[in-house]
Amino acid sequence: MIFLDNLINGLSLGSIYAIIALGYTMVYGIAKMLNFAHGDVIMVGAYIAFCGLQYWGIPPVFAFLLAMVVCTLLGITIEGLAYRPLRQATSLAVLITAIGMSYLLQNIALMIWGANPKSFPTTFINGASLHLGKINISSATLITILVSIVIMVLLTLFTSKTKLGKAMRCVSEDRGAAELMGINVNRTISLTFAIGSALAAIAGILLCSSYPILQPTTGSMPGIKAFTAAVFGGIGSIPGAMLGGVLLGIIEIFGKAYISTELGDAIVFAVLIIVLLFKPAGLLGKPMREKV
Amino acid sequence: MSEIKGQDLPLLKVKDLHVYYGAIHAVKGISLEVHEGEIVTLIGANGAGKSTTLNTIAGLLKPRQGSIVLGGVPVDGTGASKMVFKGLSLCPEGRRIFQHMTVRENLEMGAYSRPNEEIEASLEDVFRRFPRLKEREKQIGGTLSGGEQQMLAMARALMSKPKLMMLDEPSMGLAPILVDQIFDIIQELHESGVTILLVEQNAQMALSVADRAYVLETGRIAMSGDASELLQNDDVQKAYLGN
Repeated sequence: MIFLDNLINGLSLGSIYAIIALGYTMVYGIAKMLNFAHGDVIMVGAYIAFCGLQYWGIPPVFAFLLAMVVCTLLGITIEGLAYRPLRQATSLAVLITAIGMSYLLQNIALMIWGANPKSFPTTFINGASLHLGKINISSATLITILVSIVIMVLLTLFTSKTKLGKAMRCVSEDRGAAELMGINVNRTISLTFAIGSALAAIAGILLCSSYPILQPTTGSMPGIKAFTAAVFGGIGSIPGAMLGGVLLGIIEIFGKAYISTELGDAIVFAVLIIVLLFKPAGLLGKPMREKV
Repeated sequence: MSEIKGQDLPLLKVKDLHVYYGAIHAVKGISLEVHEGEIVTLIGANGAGKSTTLNTIAGLLKPRQGSIVLGGVPVDGTGASKMVFKGLSLCPEGRRIFQHMTVRENLEMGAYSRPNEEIEASLEDVFRRFPRLKEREKQIGGTLSGGEQQMLAMARALMSKPKLMMLDEPSMGLAPILVDQIFDIIQELHESGVTILLVEQNAQMALSVADRAYVLETGRIAMSGDASELLQNDDVQKAYLGN
């Protein structure tokens, strides 16, 4: 039964990684850049939700929506101010800017909310828990898994069925050809940041509902791990990010449970290295050759 | 349609175009015209500036100097993503189809600039011209053969219902039998009234389908005139047709 408990915990943690990884992979696919500030958007989302619940006394649903709106605007602003001017610059310049943006967000959070960890209120989510035989699933876990499934389904429908979603795929494949179709590339990149950042807000809330310690660096480690998950699944691939996230969560929890609690994170990265040795494009990454 | 040729206002008028890649002066004052219903071809050696000219007209590159007028409206500086809304489409060099999307999705993206309710009719029209694509409708673009990918790229460019369709090296990298097929298609498009500006290294084929031609040499127009006359011209024969 401990095995099943671990599996469910792994699924729950993995679902959060998957939601974060989606933001990394979509931005990478479309803007061809690694947005290392993505993890910190998660932290901002969690803080906004925290303030809404704790200080402003708004109902949870509205606090969460507010967090999503703030993060969406934050994502669009970061892209417009920091990344757009560097569209023609070398990828290294963009990467350094993203790292700088990450520190900027952390330090702004430090100024506003201080260094002391805040305890994220979880009463709204930890009402009841589900008992299946001997397995006990907390409502936070259940909600996390359900929310991530809904997000994955909606995102898949969006990119495969809607005109905007297809336009995003075009930009991701070939920016020049997408422009020739009449697709506004800058607007598409903004939209991608908006979606990724809204997802980051959701991930932040889910993360803090299960691990309720909130501080300015809260987003860093999950951000790095979700980035790992995106690479693991094949960066640029949406199903890859989902698969990579879920697998990584499960590996992490099992590693901690059966091998070593201290080495949990090391195991995650070791698995990444091994997978990349055999599949350099990631699990679902697909290099395509030119046909003649 | 031949009676209107050359008489009314040109559909595309490019005047004194200069384009640079950094310090390199790639296009040095090119002027050309395309009239409605015509096939005009730009031929010339590698690096003569053919693709640069086409990409500049399409808005992918910014000219340093010169004007581009489409249907009486100046369009230079419009930007590539807006050109297709103005009635100009480019089928780019190297095909550039969306390899991970299906044939149908590729075609739908070609009609991105048009209202949704018109797409179905255009799809039918394109499938009538390219029955092979109809057979491959649900296949992923990257799995098509080179010739089929070229057809898809041309069909995609047609989906925007352009006033002027520009084709950049459609025969590049294709087997001779497929080259013939591609030029048959270009001929058919021409006969159905599509105005075409064609860039080709295969001068023989290009001159045999075109009405008029411009010969480019190191960024300048070296010769221009009726395609059939250029085909007989000694200099052209020596330089581009290997006779």
